[in-house]
Amino acid sequence: MRDNDPRLDRRAAIRSLLEGRGDMLLVTGLGSTTYDAASVGDDERNFYLWGAMGAAAMIGLGLALARPERRILVVTGDGEMLMGLGALATIGVERPPNLALVVFDNGHYGETGMQRSHTDAGVSLCGVARACGIEAVFDIADPATLKEFAARLQDFNRTIFARVAIRAEESPRVLPSRDGVHLKNRFRRALGVE
Amino acid sequence: MTEIAPAPSPPDWRDDIFAALKAAEIRQVGYVPDAGHTRLIEHCQADPAIRAVGLTSEEEGIGLAAGAWLGGQRAALLMQSSGVGNCINMLSLAKSCRFPLILLVTMRGEWGEFNPWRVPMGTRTQAALELMDVLVYRVERAEEAGETVAAALDIAFNGGLVTAVLLSQRLIGAKRWVK
Repeated sequence: MRDNDPRLDRRAAIRSLLEGRGDMLLVTGLGSTTYDAASVGDDERNFYLWGAMGAAAMIGLGLALARPERRILVVTGDGEMLMGLGALATIGVERPPNLALVVFDNGHYGETGMQRSHTDAGVSLCGVARACGIEAVFDIADPATLKEFAARLQDFNRTIFARVAIRAEESPRVLPSRDGVHLKNRFRRALGVE
Repeated sequence: MTEIAPAPSPPDWRDDIFAALKAAEIRQVGYVPDAGHTRLIEHCQADPAIRAVGLTSEEEGIGLAAGAWLGGQRAALLMQSSGVGNCINMLSLAKSCRFPLILLVTMRGEWGEFNPWRVPMGTRTQAALELMDVLVYRVERAEEAGETVAAALDIAFNGGLVTAVLLSQRLIGAKRWVK
């Protein structure tokens, strides 16, 4: 069945998104998207969450407002996004032109034993994002569309929301630093604000 | 001919708090509206150097403030005491990464409270914050508000700590209910 699963491989998807990232800043949600980002290679411009479930999008918003000249990419999972769904309403109001939110949606809580999430039961994150006033919304389910989308990330000027359908399978864990103070300080140093 | 200047409005502790936020170079203010914060929110919205961000729930503000700091800006959060309960787990973000953070909390559920539903969180606000190692200051009198907020801002941003200033319901004035 897996061979016929048309959804994307998450590690290939993150590689595609970060290829040619340039000076783009990255925030990842706790769990798998943090491991995904680390699998591409650690980078001081990555801020990985190891907790604070539901905060990834809002951290992206605060960062986007503070650094309007930089592109900010948030990559998180469906469970993490669902916990902070109100953030989509807040971001839909603020609409920073330099913020892109990407949700890797496998319809499951991969970290806790692959329980089904609300997206697996039919909740549409793209529908929520659009209803919240985010105008550039993408539903991505194949590598060609993802590649096209990744190219768009190199130069954009309005808030973007994308859902990337990925397979519900666990990839080998690649663990970046869990030291929050270190992650924060090196990120700020990379931006020249520490 | 001399133009008659408008009568100056009486000094207000909310103006003193705003002056403290400006002096500390706060650039983002996240808020969930509360009647006690109305004037301060209006000041923030009117200031071109401050981005006032309305939140659907208070914990969003902890992430907003962390993002602001990662990008080199200072943020402050405004909320009512009921909203403190919404922040508890999210405070682990500030604590784990030593993000500076200041919460300005208008109290409900204490002095002259009409609505008993406000009491459970209002009477436990300070204890809940202290359980999460937040430094808590209380303001009872109008003349203390500006300096207390300034002191809390200092320790938050110089010490990388989480502070909260509780603005007592006696200071704000109990909500008037009209039947």
